[in-house]
Amino acid sequence: MTNELFTQLMNSLIDGDPEATVALTQEALAAGIEPMAIIREGLMPGMNAVGDKFSCGEYFLPDLIIAADGMRSAMDLLEPELRLRQQTVESPGTVILGTVAGDIHEIGKSLVGTMLSANGFKVHDLGVNVPTNNFIQKVRETDATLIGLSALLTTTMTVQREIIQELTEAGLRSKVKVMVGGAPVTRSWAEEIGADGYAEDALGAVQLARKLSEAH
Amino acid sequence: MPQLKLSVVDELLTNQILDEAMQLLADPGVRVHNQDALDLLAQAGASVDFKSKIACIPEKLVRSSVSTAPKEFYLYDLKGKPTVRMGGDSVHFDPGSTAVYILDSQTGEQRAPRTQDFVKFVKLVETLPQIDAQSTAFVCRDVAEEIGDLYRLYIALNYMRKPIITGAFGIKTWWVMWEMLKAVAGGEKELTARPIAVFDICPTPPLLWSDLTCQNLIDCARKGVPAELVSMPLAGATSPVTLAAAVIQHAAESLSGVTIGQLANPGSPIVWGGAPAAFDMRAGTTPMGDVNTWLIDLAYIEVGKSLGLPTHTYMGSSDSKLLDIQAGLESSGGTFLAALSGANMISGAGMVDFLRGQSFEKLVIDAEIIGMAKRLLVGLEVRDQPIAVGLMRKSAHKANFLSQPHTHKWFRKELYIPSDVIDRGSLDAWHKKGDRSAEQRAHERVDVLLKSYQPSMLSDEIRSELRAITLGAAQQFRMDDLPALPE
Repeated sequence: MTNELFTQLMNSLIDGDPEATVALTQEALAAGIEPMAIIREGLMPGMNAVGDKFSCGEYFLPDLIIAADGMRSAMDLLEPELRLRQQTVESPGTVILGTVAGDIHEIGKSLVGTMLSANGFKVHDLGVNVPTNNFIQKVRETDATLIGLSALLTTTMTVQREIIQELTEAGLRSKVKVMVGGAPVTRSWAEEIGADGYAEDALGAVQLARKLSEAH
Repeated sequence: MPQLKLSVVDELLTNQILDEAMQLLADPGVRVHNQDALDLLAQAGASVDFKSKIACIPEKLVRSSVSTAPKEFYLYDLKGKPTVRMGGDSVHFDPGSTAVYILDSQTGEQRAPRTQDFVKFVKLVETLPQIDAQSTAFVCRDVAEEIGDLYRLYIALNYMRKPIITGAFGIKTWWVMWEMLKAVAGGEKELTARPIAVFDICPTPPLLWSDLTCQNLIDCARKGVPAELVSMPLAGATSPVTLAAAVIQHAAESLSGVTIGQLANPGSPIVWGGAPAAFDMRAGTTPMGDVNTWLIDLAYIEVGKSLGLPTHTYMGSSDSKLLDIQAGLESSGGTFLAALSGANMISGAGMVDFLRGQSFEKLVIDAEIIGMAKRLLVGLEVRDQPIAVGLMRKSAHKANFLSQPHTHKWFRKELYIPSDVIDRGSLDAWHKKGDRSAEQRAHERVDVLLKSYQPSMLSDEIRSELRAITLGAAQQFRMDDLPALPE
């Protein structure tokens, strides 16, 4: 019975059916299954299968995103239960994310946020057109070790530089690793402004975040 | 024979697209991060929530705004000649804009563009007869980012004769660019009467206007400077995945742009343009050389034409990272289809990698594709009456047409003859010339063409004025001097 539930949970992620994922998670909790087991035996194998299918070209981004949403909703149910048991899922890190001031482009930043969450990162998404000071404030307030700055415009790219300078002036630069991204952003730009890394797409951002977290 | 034309939407679908676009403008409306525009919309009867910055625009207001927009206008070269007709089914091409790197054909590397690169590019565009307008093709990395937009225009104005498609990255820099255009045109009135530049104006999908783009649109309109709306829904990411729905979103965004522009100044020239894409579901990129993207393009161009507006599109570029067969197939497909759509301005020549890279060699090859596409549009022409009977009865069964005066009289007019970038020689001849690829031939042709560049006719007085305007802006951003301009 339990094994069958785990298989159904896994399949709900593979099939891209977040409602089923939530219902099955509730069912499993009601049946008295340990939240950590639900994660390890049902959800993680599902996410891994989706990731594998994406890597080999069978699955596409919408498949990945919908699975990540299902995973997120299931975790929202499981996290309070874990807290009750004083258990924690090991997270690779906490990331502050946002599109810089003057820029209202959302898609790239949100995609990165979704993929980071799906890979266990805790994400503080500050949204779009985020005033520089809000980034600085959030670095102060949280235990984040990573900050991701998105800019889609050639003009707003310069704000990435400003934020790095502000972080330095506020004495917070050593607290966080800075990742930059966006259509006009290149590796040489990232180097020029003193960012710690640059990724071309959402999956690259996850790899970069992992690498930077380990280095931290 | 009428100009060859392609249609992908019938009247019924066009009407539904416009009808649904109008419904979207009424509810949920557009979100406009610009006070000036919100005021204009509110005064004209739109229902505006100033707190959330959402304007719900009634269909009546949209329709009356469309009716005041000019059906056509001309762009002028620096000699004052109208060379580009933005209207009807006139088809023109310009290179893609705002590349962040140059694809170096010698090393295959992507490198940061500098002043001398852009000067060379502007000169090259001048020498290619297939290309009708300049564009601010690169962002030069040897000047402060804050003046990146106006610096490109400064360079182009110093070397160009053809009109130019440009755009501003800031609210203040637009005014500096306008000062430059005014200086070259000989005054504000002259610039309005004979526009030499178009500004690209990009709403943000879905249904959003940033402060910067919206202000640029309003400033263009108030000064009578042509504005080109470049709406870019990404089907499946920032717009619904169904292509017809992406076209509806494009129409709604563009109609809101026409409305804001016409409210700021009724009758100001505005272009129904775009750079949409069908989001790539594997790589998360925005492919331009893609049949899904092309379908959105072709449909929105027809929608714009149904409103009687001048049109623009971004087609004819490639997503390949080098000049390979993918680059050729994507650039040809896009260029031919765009030409057959009758879009008035088609941007993208020279570009690779999702409009991120520019290539001198690709521009030269793309010019050949454009040449062929323009020939295709002309179609079959009736040169003689009767067409063949008189001629063929005279020579009966002799295959001697090569020596006939009739051939000599017509072949240049009838046949589009490409440059030697396109290899039409024998295998032997090809070996003798060193077994070179199209890219290698294009590389050599770049140098040949540059030698034929005719210096611009701008007076020293205007040049100094342009320099003073640009230097004034540069000095605000840690630059004491400007890079020297090459010959």
